[in-house]
Amino acid sequence: MSQDAGGSAATAGGSRRMPNIAQLMRPSERSVQVALITFVAVAVAVVASMFLVAATGGSPGDAAEALYTGSIADTAAWSETLKAATPLLLVALGACISNRAGVFNIGQEGQLLLGAGVAAYVALHLALPGVLVMILSLLAGALAGGLWSGASAVMHYTRNVNIVVSTLLMSFLAIQLVSFAVTVPWILQAPRASADSIASSESAQLPPEVRIPGFGQYPALEIGGGLIVSIILTIVLAVLLGRSRWGFRLNMLGLNPMAARHAGVRAPWLGGTALALSGAFAGLAGAIILSGQVFRLQPALSNNFGWDGLLVALIARSRPIAAVPVALLFGALRSGSSFLASTGVPNYLVDIVQALLVLAFVVPPVLAKVRSRGRAEATPPPAEPVPASTTEPEKVTA
Amino acid sequence: MIGTEEITTIVASSLRLTAPLAFAACGEYLAERAGTQNISVEGMMLGGAFGSVAVASTTGSATTGLLAGAIVGLVVGFIHGNLSHRVQINTFVVGLVLNALVLGLTSFLIAVSEFDSNQVAQVNIPGLADIPIIGPLFSQRWPMYLLLLLIPLTWWLVERSRWGLNLRAIADNPQAADVTGLKVNKLRRQALLYCGLLSGLGGAYLATAEVGSFNMNMTAGRGFIVIAAVIFGAWRLKGTLIGCLVFGFADALRLALPALGFELNSQLLVAAPYLMALLAMMLFASSNREPRALGKPFVRGIT
Repeated sequence: MSQDAGGSAATAGGSRRMPNIAQLMRPSERSVQVALITFVAVAVAVVASMFLVAATGGSPGDAAEALYTGSIADTAAWSETLKAATPLLLVALGACISNRAGVFNIGQEGQLLLGAGVAAYVALHLALPGVLVMILSLLAGALAGGLWSGASAVMHYTRNVNIVVSTLLMSFLAIQLVSFAVTVPWILQAPRASADSIASSESAQLPPEVRIPGFGQYPALEIGGGLIVSIILTIVLAVLLGRSRWGFRLNMLGLNPMAARHAGVRAPWLGGTALALSGAFAGLAGAIILSGQVFRLQPALSNNFGWDGLLVALIARSRPIAAVPVALLFGALRSGSSFLASTGVPNYLVDIVQALLVLAFVVPPVLAKVRSRGRAEATPPPAEPVPASTTEPEKVTA
Repeated sequence: MIGTEEITTIVASSLRLTAPLAFAACGEYLAERAGTQNISVEGMMLGGAFGSVAVASTTGSATTGLLAGAIVGLVVGFIHGNLSHRVQINTFVVGLVLNALVLGLTSFLIAVSEFDSNQVAQVNIPGLADIPIIGPLFSQRWPMYLLLLLIPLTWWLVERSRWGLNLRAIADNPQAADVTGLKVNKLRRQALLYCGLLSGLGGAYLATAEVGSFNMNMTAGRGFIVIAAVIFGAWRLKGTLIGCLVFGFADALRLALPALGFELNSQLLVAAPYLMALLAMMLFASSNREPRALGKPFVRGIT
């Protein structure tokens, strides 16, 4: 059940196993191989992106410099990076939970937007002291996201509906639901500025007292309350997944549902709550974007954070701690992309880089595994335990 | 009030909006009957749309563009097939990444390039095209008639050909099929190629037959609607195509109703396909209509 199949960041997990020389030899050989292929693949991804820029008449150097300036050159840029990384990290944490349990949730985009929508409703309609409203709105956002993905779990375990497809379709429903809510005055639409102005499809601004407080002010480093919450959640989740009975059962369910059932794991309960939790994290991410960053609900608020957060989890191979640097990287790419426009390179470059990076991280471990399986089939296998190292994507039960 | 003219408009536009879905749905239907579930159909369509416009603009021939679009879809299908049915990465992960990659690439490329507008020729069937109300059905861009050939071809491939029999076998019981000597993953890769070809064609149809140009994220989730249609049709070609028609009609209504002075909220119409697919899944999922190994990777020796 060790998660250290993958290369460079191999840390925990392996240490829990009994130190047996024969066992330790093979994975390490493979993980060196994986690390090498990953390194080459990342290099190829970067070179390919630069080539694309050059081929379309841009300057790769300028583009790289713009990305650097916009993301980490000074404290103001760092603030933007952290701001973008916060929801990415939260979504990725949720995805870590569901991926480990083998229930693959890809509807985070909708769960996130719905979370933001419900949080906005609570924040704008609840007449209570500010801090209380803020906390309640965050919780309501998480609850909404959790219920939304939990509905997919119910559909799966009662009617055998494919989880991936249902979370995907539910996500589009959620997006339309929120788009609808911001066009109806008695739900979330902002009142018109004057009688003859056109009502816009967005909510009113959140009053300052219900916003998430943060530290620092532009141009100094800004650290939002949402970031602190997500860092705490990362640590809690890393401990729970790595050390608790719950985390162990999740892994067991993901790696071998049959064995898990024989060991007494109730899949509908454990898998269902894992799915609901992943949605809750996405919903919380949405609520934090709303009340910590943009303060106004618009259908465009989700801005691909859901999709990208899932990609973060894929690169991090469902390890919460590893998700932190990856989320930072993706956040930096996001904040840097806003500076690309001045160089004449479209900021969609960043989307390409992200997708290529995911491929560069996801392919090598699986490739190495397939190759070693091929070798094992060619020669009689030595006494090896069940292939312990499994990467996240394969845990999915369809 | 609604006169014949409005009805004609709605009929014509539903058909036009159905066609790209139907192209891709034929491909996705075949792929799902082979046990693969590729959400990259969205990427195939988007890539096909872009490829067709780019090539049509450089060569000046919309027909060449259409072909190029199909080939771009084929390439996406090839990549998907090799990543998920050779390297054995989870098919949904591959689909997700490919969609993101194609969306990023096409958005990037359209922002740095200028394309001329090109459209394939319209073919009117003499006589029939003048009939009121249903007249527009017989006055279409020519790829529409290609679609009319592809539908029976797809049906024949799946239900009557040896290849299709093999595909259906590996979709229901890959382990048994493997034992009889079928190359499960190879067949699935082939199914994905077919899916890519047709989905690319669907996207190309949207771009070069209907719109004449490409804009960012042009397919806007149509690939997912196609998947919804296959589910809605309970993995049967007839049902799938009916699903496409219904979803195309909903789309046409969404565009037409405001002009007719009706107030129906567009979000409901946009959401309708997804809602109907979810309901259909709940109805059909337990009645064994779904290929049994749908979306599950095949690894020899693991049951």
